[in-house]
Amino acid sequence: MSFTTFPRKSATFDDYTLSEIRRAAATGLYDIRGGGSKRKLPHLDDLLFLGASISRYPLEGYREKCGTGVVLGSRFAKKPVELKIPVTIAGMSFGSLSAEAKEALGRGASAMGTSTTTGDGGMTPEERGHSSILVYQYLPSRYGMNPDDLRKADAIEVVVGQGAKPGGGGMLLGQKISKRVAGMRCLPEGIDQRSACRHPDWTGPDDLEIKIEELREITDWEKPIYVKVGAARPYYDTALAVKSGADVVVLDGMQGGTAATQEVFIEHVGIPLLSAIRPAVQALQDLGLHRKVQLVVSGGIRNGADVAKCLALGADAVSIGTAALVALGDNDPALEAEYNKLGTTAGAYDDWHEGRDPAGITTQDPALAARLDPVLAGRRLANYLAVLTLEAQTIARACGKSHVHNLEPEDLVALTVEAAAMARVPLAGTDWIPGRGTY
Amino acid sequence: MTAKVIDLATARVRDLNAALHADKAHRHWKVLNPAGLHSIAAGVDAPVTVEVDGHVGYYCAGMNQHASITVNGNAGVGLAENMMSGRVHVKGDASQAAGATAQGGTLVIDGNASARCGISMKGVDILVKGNVGHMSAFMAQAGSLVVLGDAGEALGDSIYEARLFVRGTVASLGADCIEKEMGEAHKAQLFARLKAAGLDGTVDVSDFRRYGSARTLYHFHVDNVGAY
Repeated sequence: MSFTTFPRKSATFDDYTLSEIRRAAATGLYDIRGGGSKRKLPHLDDLLFLGASISRYPLEGYREKCGTGVVLGSRFAKKPVELKIPVTIAGMSFGSLSAEAKEALGRGASAMGTSTTTGDGGMTPEERGHSSILVYQYLPSRYGMNPDDLRKADAIEVVVGQGAKPGGGGMLLGQKISKRVAGMRCLPEGIDQRSACRHPDWTGPDDLEIKIEELREITDWEKPIYVKVGAARPYYDTALAVKSGADVVVLDGMQGGTAATQEVFIEHVGIPLLSAIRPAVQALQDLGLHRKVQLVVSGGIRNGADVAKCLALGADAVSIGTAALVALGDNDPALEAEYNKLGTTAGAYDDWHEGRDPAGITTQDPALAARLDPVLAGRRLANYLAVLTLEAQTIARACGKSHVHNLEPEDLVALTVEAAAMARVPLAGTDWIPGRGTY
Repeated sequence: MTAKVIDLATARVRDLNAALHADKAHRHWKVLNPAGLHSIAAGVDAPVTVEVDGHVGYYCAGMNQHASITVNGNAGVGLAENMMSGRVHVKGDASQAAGATAQGGTLVIDGNASARCGISMKGVDILVKGNVGHMSAFMAQAGSLVVLGDAGEALGDSIYEARLFVRGTVASLGADCIEKEMGEAHKAQLFARLKAAGLDGTVDVSDFRRYGSARTLYHFHVDNVGAY
């Protein structure tokens, strides 16, 4: 008697894993890609809001006001940043992105009264010109760093780490090193450019404190100083950033994107945003500085519910990167045929380092970049930012809040035990917060 | 024009820097009693002279533009970090990361410099009359580092296009850093650096050896895996 059994593939060695092993064996190098983590991780979706019923009193949608403004950098800076909405654009470099994409980000953010952020490559005149509020990143590489641009900025963000790669440096492959990009970075055209993983002239929080003081001295104590960390040890990193004098702490969860780094890094280093916010808030509360040193969080923000959840957990604002690129037109299904030619599909394209982006966003190819209309793309981003804000307001009103910052952990429950433990809110239908009181 | 004197025994560093930033018309400044304070003369952006009588802490002359700043003493970490132009001269020793990421100008250190001198330098010309510590010129991108004394371990590790000239011994070279031929153009460049430091006629360019990038790590490749 013979039997035909159904072929069964290994759950451990699935098709993707097998293809990665074959690719590694053929090339001898790890996979480098852009974007953020692609595997399913604990996320804000595992939280739910408790809309008002009897114990809480809701506000009327579209009638009763719900504030969205936020002031960042009120601790020491003479000129804090005032945003109309609690959603900012994360740091993304000229070099990684085309000049057209950077312009579109500036146009969209400015239309909504919020900020954009430079990246590993310096500040371009186009970016400064189109961003009404611009945060200048002070990165380990110090590519293009100069005091004139520091003074032109509205805030300075000392980048210690990034959510997609805490502890890792950047890598911009030669395909995208145009003459202009190379010139801004003082490096030869066409070579693979490494960005350092650590700052060259300070080694710890005591040094960082002095470094921040120097930046304040150079800019006459006018600009807010943000410190950005990749989420890994959020309690201690937040506390040390505060100790070092940060006006604002930017906390980037592991779902955050990157221009190009090792796949294994993106997927296996750092912790999800869901698990990072409460320890960071706890650090600020323990220091008596919650809402005085502002907390901006990022890493996988997609909709107004995500925004509202982050604020409810204690953040003052959120930052978006990948979502902003999608709003501009990244991975648009209308370009499916062109993505197919690159061996991928719309929604999965992540070889941003190759510079062949058919959407004209993550490229330095002039012909490709010219495809992106900065005015239209900027409008799309403004629309998206408006929707994020409206959605967050809608939820806040339903929870009885007249400002999105009045959202609080008590407005949330968790769907899973894991999410309840990470976000420190009760499991839905219970008053159980796993691990409460142990941090 | 007489020097405007700011005494840090009574004034704050903030007062000093605010004055240097606001009063660009006054050309000569003298700073007394620096006492190892940090960020002295940071962010100066004018063709002025600043003379500091004593030892300075971290980030003295940080991001200097156009100014000529002299320290009659020793300097702490990050001396003239990210300098854009001008000249910084330290009569004593300098601590770690002197001239880090500096994009232009000239940095002269009469004594020794510690570890990571010229780290990620991007166009500055650094001259150290004494020795430099380990990992000096790490990831150095452009400019020159001239060392009249000895260099510590891993000199020029992961170097790009910066040029290194060392008169003394080199404990070891870092990844992708090799000794290179000293051609006439290189000797002329070195002579110019020595002359700018007032050492022309007293130091022979023939005493130096030149180091730079082998450029084997400019593109990632599996055959280089041992160097990464």
